[in-house]
Amino acid sequence: MSTQEKEPMFSAKNLKLLTGPVGMNNPITVQVLGICSALAVTVKMKPAIVMALSVTIVVAVSNVVISALRQYIPDRIRIIVQLVVIATMVILVDQFLKAYAFDVSRQLSVFVGLIITNCILMGRLEAFAMANKPWPSFIDGLGNGAGYGLILVIVAFLRELLGSGSVFGYPLMQKLGIYTTGYENNGMMILPPMALIIVGCIIWYQRSKNPSLIENK
Amino acid sequence: MKQFSNRYIFIFSSVMVIAVATLLAMAATMLQPRQLKNLEIDKKKSMLESIGIESTPETTESLYDKYINESFVLSSKGEKVEGVDAFKVVLKDEQKKPLEEQYLPVFKATPDDREKVIIIPVEGKGLWGPVWGYISVKSDMNTIYGATFDHKGETPGLGAEINTTSFERMFIGKKLYEADKFVSIGVIKGGAKEDDQHNVDAISGGTITSKGLEKMIADCIAKYNDYLLKNRN
Repeated sequence: MSTQEKEPMFSAKNLKLLTGPVGMNNPITVQVLGICSALAVTVKMKPAIVMALSVTIVVAVSNVVISALRQYIPDRIRIIVQLVVIATMVILVDQFLKAYAFDVSRQLSVFVGLIITNCILMGRLEAFAMANKPWPSFIDGLGNGAGYGLILVIVAFLRELLGSGSVFGYPLMQKLGIYTTGYENNGMMILPPMALIIVGCIIWYQRSKNPSLIENK
Repeated sequence: MKQFSNRYIFIFSSVMVIAVATLLAMAATMLQPRQLKNLEIDKKKSMLESIGIESTPETTESLYDKYINESFVLSSKGEKVEGVDAFKVVLKDEQKKPLEEQYLPVFKATPDDREKVIIIPVEGKGLWGPVWGYISVKSDMNTIYGATFDHKGETPGLGAEINTTSFERMFIGKKLYEADKFVSIGVIKGGAKEDDQHNVDAISGGTITSKGLEKMIADCIAKYNDYLLKNRN
C-alpha cells in the first residue's frame, strides 16, 4: 500500500492530526487514557522521556501496520490482531533497549513491557488506523505519542524537582542553596497519588482556559 | 465492513502467528549475544564499583582484567571447590540448594592502594523484587572496603536509593566481626552514630528495602564465616 496521497503530505488536515493530540485532544488530559503509566514512570525525567519515545514509536509503527492491513483484517478478530501487533512492537523495542541502551532499559524495567496495556495504543488503532490510510495513521501515532510525552515530561519535571530536588538527576535545589533555608523535599511527590493530583491540576487548567472542553450539563 | 469466512479467519490468524513468531525469534536470537555481553559487563562493572573503581561500558573489561586477579568457589565449610567458574555461578540458583551443596564465589582483587581485598556477591529480597550487590572486604577479613548494591524494581526515590553512592559510601570501614563473633552490618532507622562500627543509616520511606538489605548481607556473608575466620591476617 503506497503512502502517496492526492493531498500534500503535510496538508492542513494532516498537521491537525499532529497538533490536535498535543493540545485540544490530548490523550491524557482530554481523553483520560494511559493514566496508569503516566503515574508510574514520572518520578524522574529520564525514564519519562524514554518511555514517551518508546510509546511514540510503538503507536506510530503499529498504526501504520494496522492501517496497511485494514482491508484484510477480519472484523471479528480485529482486537486480537491489534494486540498481536502492539505486543510484537513492544517486545522488539524492549529487546533493542536491552541490547543497545542497557542502562535505560534497566531504569524502565517492567514499564516497557507494560506499554502493551496502554489504552492510548488500542484506542488509536481501533479509532483511527482501522479507518484511515497509512500516512495519516503514522502522523496520528506521532501526534498522540507527543501529546502523551508532553504530559509525562511536565509531570516528571514537577515530581523530580519537588520530590527529589533535582532536574535530570542534576541536584538543582542543592546548588541553589535552598536547603539552608529549611526547605525539605516533599516525599509525597514521589508517590503515585501526587502524579494523579498533578495530572488533575493540568486538566483543570486546560479546561478553565478552553471552555469548549467542558461537557454540557 | 466486508464479511470474511471462518476459513479466511483461521488462515489469517495462523499466518499472522507464524509471521510474528518468526520475526520475534529472529530478533531475539540476533540480539542475544549483545544482551548477554551487556549483562556480563554490568556484573563486572558492579564488582569494580565495590572496590571503588568507576568504569564505563567501554573500559569495564580491561579494568576488570587489571584489578581482579583471581576467582574461586568455596563450599559452605570454607574449602575451595575445584573446576567451577566463580563468574558463572548464579547466586539466585545457589540459594535454592541446601547449604552443603551451595557454591560460594569469591573474587580477589588488588586496587591501586595495594590492599588485598576479596569481593563477595550478595543477593536477597527487597520490597518488590530481588536486591543484590557486591561487598569487598579488606585482608583482615573484617573491615568493609567498599560495597555496591542494585535492585530490580524498588520504589524510585525511596527503596531504589540503595544503589546511590551516598548510601553505598556509608558501608566503607564498617566491621563484620566483634572479636570472633559475626555480627554483620545493621541498617537502622534514626541514624547510626559516627563511631558505630556495625550500623549504617536506613533509607527513610524505604524500610522494607532496608530491612531486606540488612538480611541479605547477614545471610550471605554468614556462609563465608569459616573462610573469613581462617584467612585473617
